[in-house]
Amino acid sequence: MPFDGHSLPGQTTAAQPAATRNAATQAPPGTPDPAVLRESATFPRTVIHEIQRAAATGIYDIRGWGAKRSLPHFDDLLFLGSSMSRYPLEGYRERCGTDVTLGTRYATKPLHLDIPVTIAGMSFGALSAQAKEALGRGASAARTSTTTGDGGMTAEERGQTSRLVYQYLPSRYGMNPVDLRKADAIEVVLGQGAKPGGGGMLLGQKISDRVARMRTLPTGIDQRSACRHPDWTGPDDLAIKILELREITGWEKPVYVKVGATRTYYDVKLAVKAGADVVVVDGMQGGTAATQDVFIEHVGIPTLAAIPQAVQALQEMDMHRKVQLIVSGGIRSGADVAKAMALGADAVAIGTAALIALGDNDPRYEAEYRALGSAAGFYDDFQDGRDPAGISTQDPELASRLDPEAAGRRLANYLHVLTMEAQTIARACGKAHLTHLEPDDLVALTLEAAAMARVPLAGTDWIPGHVGRGL
Amino acid sequence: MSPDQRVRPAHPHVIDVGETGLRETNRALQASDGTGRFLLTDPRGAHALAVGLASPDEVVIDGPTGYYTAGMNDGAHVTVNGNVGVGVAENMMSGTVRVNGSASQSAGATAHGGLLVISGDAGARCGISMKGVDIVVGGSIGHMSCFMGQAGRLVVLGDAGDALGDSLYEVHIYVRGRVASLGADCVEKDLRPEHHAELAELLDRAGVTDVTTDEFRRYGSARTLYTFDVDNAAAY
Repeated sequence: MPFDGHSLPGQTTAAQPAATRNAATQAPPGTPDPAVLRESATFPRTVIHEIQRAAATGIYDIRGWGAKRSLPHFDDLLFLGSSMSRYPLEGYRERCGTDVTLGTRYATKPLHLDIPVTIAGMSFGALSAQAKEALGRGASAARTSTTTGDGGMTAEERGQTSRLVYQYLPSRYGMNPVDLRKADAIEVVLGQGAKPGGGGMLLGQKISDRVARMRTLPTGIDQRSACRHPDWTGPDDLAIKILELREITGWEKPVYVKVGATRTYYDVKLAVKAGADVVVVDGMQGGTAATQDVFIEHVGIPTLAAIPQAVQALQEMDMHRKVQLIVSGGIRSGADVAKAMALGADAVAIGTAALIALGDNDPRYEAEYRALGSAAGFYDDFQDGRDPAGISTQDPELASRLDPEAAGRRLANYLHVLTMEAQTIARACGKAHLTHLEPDDLVALTLEAAAMARVPLAGTDWIPGHVGRGL
Repeated sequence: MSPDQRVRPAHPHVIDVGETGLRETNRALQASDGTGRFLLTDPRGAHALAVGLASPDEVVIDGPTGYYTAGMNDGAHVTVNGNVGVGVAENMMSGTVRVNGSASQSAGATAHGGLLVISGDAGARCGISMKGVDIVVGGSIGHMSCFMGQAGRLVVLGDAGDALGDSLYEVHIYVRGRVASLGADCVEKDLRPEHHAELAELLDRAGVTDVTTDEFRRYGSARTLYTFDVDNAAAY
């Protein structure tokens, strides 16, 4: 999507000339006066631009990243630090544990992570080999896991990753039993938060010879990733599929089931019934490499709304903390980590934030982003394969810009910060381990967040839709 | 020494699946060094039987099996004397899987290599998303077969159901009987000498001797949907 000229600080655009923004008196004669013009709420310039773009090209807008609309999110929750009724722990003195073990239900070799922040699945193809290696390096340095993606497992990624989750995706690109056995866990992907119910589209310009070979498709064509698994049609089949994967891998590895957040309560129940060791719920703020903008913005439910549904399903089955819950979709800070865990998650996964930590949308490439019709902080054309940061590209020259070691260190730093921030909050709530955080530690700032997260509106004991809950 | 030249014992190792159980049966097969001969009896329609085999052993299953029989096979030569359930030989990498009976849907789904032979019929979505496997079906196949087929060859001696080869990539499809309908972007193509040779070789490997390649028609991708064009929107 070309940059459409709105909302960029300091930028002069055709739609909003700098002169008119700075001072009407400086505007040249004939310049429209923004004090007089009135933009339509129904047809703002972004909408007008999209209609014009659709009319000119005949295809919907495909882009990367996640939802850009404002959604109820973790920012709408606050923690209740300790005072009299709760007793805090001393920061930098009293220990606050962060480790988590995933796959304790059936797997004979559960995955032990030092921190409850993991890296979500992102494909080789969508990302460069250097970026995949950097994700592995960063995750390993932080003693957590990273995850393959739609393109299969690369040697760079496996070689630099101490704990690697192998995604079993509908496309089955690059799927093979050798890599399956090399993995530390298997994630059966049924859906993704950015596009639940939808498959992917890797446009031809990113299909290098290596990507094509791994996906068994011709070089240079648009590659569609299937939206559903080709050899099963429902939850009962999924149970048998999980049995097959366990039989192939000797029942050693945890089997995750990942769903995009929609009918989360039912999906989680069915995943548990099918035999999942771990359920991954990806909210609609989750990112993507390339899909329709209309899909990203209009399908799925916010992460905040999905977590209580998932936890309720697990609790009703007496499986909460027995089947671990990983939550993803818009996790940015240690506060988000702590809030997700307080609502009942065992761990979180990050995708977009991890790419930013590697160097995505770095201002040092500002001129190049501008040349692509975008800007640092706005670049989302991951499908184009021209990423100046060398991350969402298969162009050898661009990809070589990313130093996997340096980018891995940045990611490890970021993971450590997320963890320390979450610990800081947990200690303030009197918790000796991040998993001790609980819904009672939270209040909501808005009615929407209170209703979705099922915590009381701040200063009240009122949870919309619930009765009988005291202070 | 090639896998097929390995010296195997004259008498197969017999495993009563009903008595031994799925886990122990698969464990024994997966632990073999490639020279084994196994006869599995009393499979009772078990799911995920003989999956994840990575050596060129010979495995004969005497009786019907359930889902994902010989799933992800990588080198073994598996024969099922009976019908099989959904997804036989799914994601096979190499080796052979022969079904002396009929198969349910999604036979050979996403399989990358090897040879799958089904003497009877196969259900819907036979060869769905296949990625290099060769599949020979003695009977007919169901609707949506070879949907999004990426690579490999599919040979059908009987009829094909609706929407054959929908959204096809590079699979070569040969059908001897009637095709109910072709899916989006799938077209009939000429059967040139190289295709006759290819088909003859496949029939020979499958052990089919009583037909000639002249009896088949060839289908493949028109490749018009390989990159998006708004004028083709109705095909999506």
